[in-house]
Amino acid sequence: MLDHILSILIFFPALAAMLGFVVTKDSMRAYGIAVAFVEFVLSLWLWYAYDPMISGMQFMESAPLIKSFGISYLLGIDGISLFIIILSTFFTLLGIASLTETRHVKNLIITLLFLEMTMVGVFAALDAIVFYVFWELSLVPMLYIIGAWGGALRIYASVKFFLYTFTGSLVMLVGMLFMAYFYYQATGQWSFSILEWYRLILPENFQLWLFAAFFIGFAIKVPMFPFHTWLPYAHGQAPTIGSVILAAILLKMGTYAFIRFSLPLFPDASVYFMFPIAIIAIIMIIYTAMVAYAQEDIKQVVAYSSISHMGIIILGTFALTVEGVSGSVFLMIGHGVVSGALFLLVGVIYDRRHTKLMSEFGGLASVMPRYATIFGIMMMASVGLPLTINFVGEFLSLLGFYKQSHMITLTAGTAIIVGAIYMLSAYKKAFFGPVTNEENRNLKDVNRTEMLGLIPLVIVAIWLGVYPKPVLEPINNSVESVIQLMHDKAQSQEAKARIPNLSDVSGMNSMQEAH
Amino acid sequence: MLDSIHISMASLNIATLAPMLIATVGALVILMIDLLKGGLNKSLYIMVSLLFLLLDLGSLVDFGGVFLKNGTVLGFFDVMLMDGIAIMAQIIIVVGSMLFIPLALTSKRFHEYNYPEYFALFLFMIAGFQFMVATDNLILIFVGLETASLALYTLIALHNRSKSFEAAVKYFTMGALAAGFFAFGSMIFYAISGSVEINQIATVLAQDHYSNIGYVLVAVSFMIAAFGFKLSMVPFHTWTPDVYEGSSAALAGYMSIVPKIAGFVVAMRLFEFLVHSGVVWLQVILYIGVVVTMTASNIWALVQSDVKRMLAYSSISHAGFVMAAILIGTTQSNTGLFLYWTLFSFTNLGAFTMLWVNRQKNLLPGQSSDHPYEKFSGMVKTMPMGAVMMGLFMLSLAGVPPFGLFWGKLYMIGAAVSGGYTVLALIMALNSAIAGYYYLKLIVYMFMKEPMVGYEKFYFMNASHSLKTIIGIAVVGTIFSVLAVNPLLVVITQFVYNSGY
Repeated sequence: MLDHILSILIFFPALAAMLGFVVTKDSMRAYGIAVAFVEFVLSLWLWYAYDPMISGMQFMESAPLIKSFGISYLLGIDGISLFIIILSTFFTLLGIASLTETRHVKNLIITLLFLEMTMVGVFAALDAIVFYVFWELSLVPMLYIIGAWGGALRIYASVKFFLYTFTGSLVMLVGMLFMAYFYYQATGQWSFSILEWYRLILPENFQLWLFAAFFIGFAIKVPMFPFHTWLPYAHGQAPTIGSVILAAILLKMGTYAFIRFSLPLFPDASVYFMFPIAIIAIIMIIYTAMVAYAQEDIKQVVAYSSISHMGIIILGTFALTVEGVSGSVFLMIGHGVVSGALFLLVGVIYDRRHTKLMSEFGGLASVMPRYATIFGIMMMASVGLPLTINFVGEFLSLLGFYKQSHMITLTAGTAIIVGAIYMLSAYKKAFFGPVTNEENRNLKDVNRTEMLGLIPLVIVAIWLGVYPKPVLEPINNSVESVIQLMHDKAQSQEAKARIPNLSDVSGMNSMQEAH
Repeated sequence: MLDSIHISMASLNIATLAPMLIATVGALVILMIDLLKGGLNKSLYIMVSLLFLLLDLGSLVDFGGVFLKNGTVLGFFDVMLMDGIAIMAQIIIVVGSMLFIPLALTSKRFHEYNYPEYFALFLFMIAGFQFMVATDNLILIFVGLETASLALYTLIALHNRSKSFEAAVKYFTMGALAAGFFAFGSMIFYAISGSVEINQIATVLAQDHYSNIGYVLVAVSFMIAAFGFKLSMVPFHTWTPDVYEGSSAALAGYMSIVPKIAGFVVAMRLFEFLVHSGVVWLQVILYIGVVVTMTASNIWALVQSDVKRMLAYSSISHAGFVMAAILIGTTQSNTGLFLYWTLFSFTNLGAFTMLWVNRQKNLLPGQSSDHPYEKFSGMVKTMPMGAVMMGLFMLSLAGVPPFGLFWGKLYMIGAAVSGGYTVLALIMALNSAIAGYYYLKLIVYMFMKEPMVGYEKFYFMNASHSLKTIIGIAVVGTIFSVLAVNPLLVVITQFVYNSGY
């Protein structure tokens, strides 16, 4: 069974969703939880069976799909994708378990299960076209979730979300076709396998163009400044569950794709564009943090803070050092947990008050102490307080970039302070002070269903902040092999210098382990 | 004293006529049945047509086997030309027709199906299209084209609504103009080369190194105009939306597929040797034509308020997309053309059939056309399966993987990339993004809006078991296309490559 565990992980939720059409409406939630739970356990089993000492791909599966055009059904995971897959199954489970939506709940759960298929598929695919299939397919369930269960402007928001991403990914598709064509020219065979593409060394000017084509697709998904405008709308209009999945998983597809495609395929171009992208990342970090400070709506604060954190992830990725990239992968997981939790928390108060404006709240800490405590912990984690999950990732990402440029890293570091300002001020407005609004006086504290979703997130946020090793180590091992591959492939002097050579260092590590 | 000319029957190779003859005989049989006993039900004629189409398909498959073994089959002093692309195009034509004709089995009565002539004309039309693709003789192409077109005009008019008459007359006028252009173009080609066979023309022109380039360009202009009308390339497309709107949804879907593949094959035979021999002017014109057709029709489609008109503009855009294959002119692109069109037939026929089953006989007060977007508003609440299937066809048309058309688009853009047309590849990709918007619009109506009172009673009103079967076939073809792409590619590449394209 372990030979096909990735296929099972991908298609089990889809199959369950199909069968879900038969389940009656009032039993649907239990069905959804059961399916998502099985899926989560399967993904934990994957972690258990995963060998953290191997840096390459594991659990590989391969079957020819369109042989004459080099497309094959190729799956495999390494330390980078493993934890994002677990994060996806984890959040689908939490999302369904803490679902408070009552309208058309059957359709919603079926859609969520399909979405889970596409999410796992994106992170497990090693064939560019299979990757693209899941990447595009993930838009459809999200379109439906935002468009059918969202707020007043839901149709505008969902169509904007779809079209932005769709356009970007079509440009990426042209890039993929070029990549396959170059492979064809070099070897006489078509192939879309990423692993085979890794072996291809392209001239630098080709790399620049292809990097740009892939960049457009990924940057819109992340979303990077100036392509970020769809995200606040999508978050603003999406139902809680939509925002949670969008922030926790879907945005990670972009940053993950940078590490899977852009860095190892185009090492010279990555170095060439390192500083322009770092500057965009800085703009993302600082500008969106400022925008977040100006928001009235607490969900928008979280949405903009999300973009700000994605900036740090991008910065870490383009540090092109082991610390930076490992840190950014870890921060993907950390940000997933924290922003997912924050959106769930916003959903809790929205369900009670049907407003997200901070001016309507105030003094909630005295009415809802448990809620305020959890919100406080998550907010601290979001700010990057030491011993919480985000601290590890942010610290490593910045440390990684510090080796490339001190100035940029220091600027990014100040953004963490700005982050603390907007988060704390939002917290102050909503939770402290006297209760001014009469409607807030009798609010019920977090109930059991909601606790079920929130407590695991709090545990993870603190556990991985205190002891990140079980997650960080496999990530680190896989990142090392990516960086080494980049160093070996790099042609320009600058790229050779900027991307560290690990072969002697890792040789020492293995020597130490041998002793 | 002239020697008498002996022609052995064997050298005629009458077998090359078999596929068309089967269709023609089928049409005659239908007429004879009507002569012997009138007033028979349409189901009889539908099944008789289907049987003859099956025979036709059988003979084509047989030819396919012969082609793979012995290469191209010629007949009638090289007038008939059964090469790989001819066989493949005919297979698409016949299969498309076989999927179309059962759509006549509606649960509501429609005027045109009461006439056995409808089915006879239908089979004559297919024979016409088959002649058109199975020759490189300009005269026979002309005869085939006119046979098919005249039959098609009548089929449209038989729908018996004022808009159908308008559509038929409009199509007829435009078609007559196009026929005129075609005749002029052929005439000039004949004048400068002394032949009406495309490969002869190519040889003669190559021999004198295109010394008559001025005349060639004039001839090519006429030809582009002629095929511009037939393939509804912008700016010759103006008839298309009106004609599609006037004909029944089923026939409109048919028109977006079958006549066009016939046109593509002839355009491929005629234009590709010109593009390859470096007639730069033609290359530029085709490039502009392809880009403008794709883009402009996409933009028009954005502003339509009727789903059928939207689909009409969308099919113009798809035709422009596929014309790119002729411009690129590599084996890969020509393979892409057939792959794209095969996948497109399933999806597009499915989409139009979905309109056909929701066809209402009388318009509601305030309703301006047969299928406004509002009609499908909130369909997922009253008819979830129908909405899901329609949504599926829309996603496939938009090129969302892994549904049918995505693979066609992938392969076509891949052909553009490897043919060296980088900018074209980008334009094709961005056009798919624009197209995404109008397909999404219908999905938004179906899935995200509230139902409008009054329309839900029309959903599947016109459906019958056979219509549902056709939709089922289209759905299966759209979802599981990924499994069919590899075998299709292998076969098509073999056919196209061995025909010298």
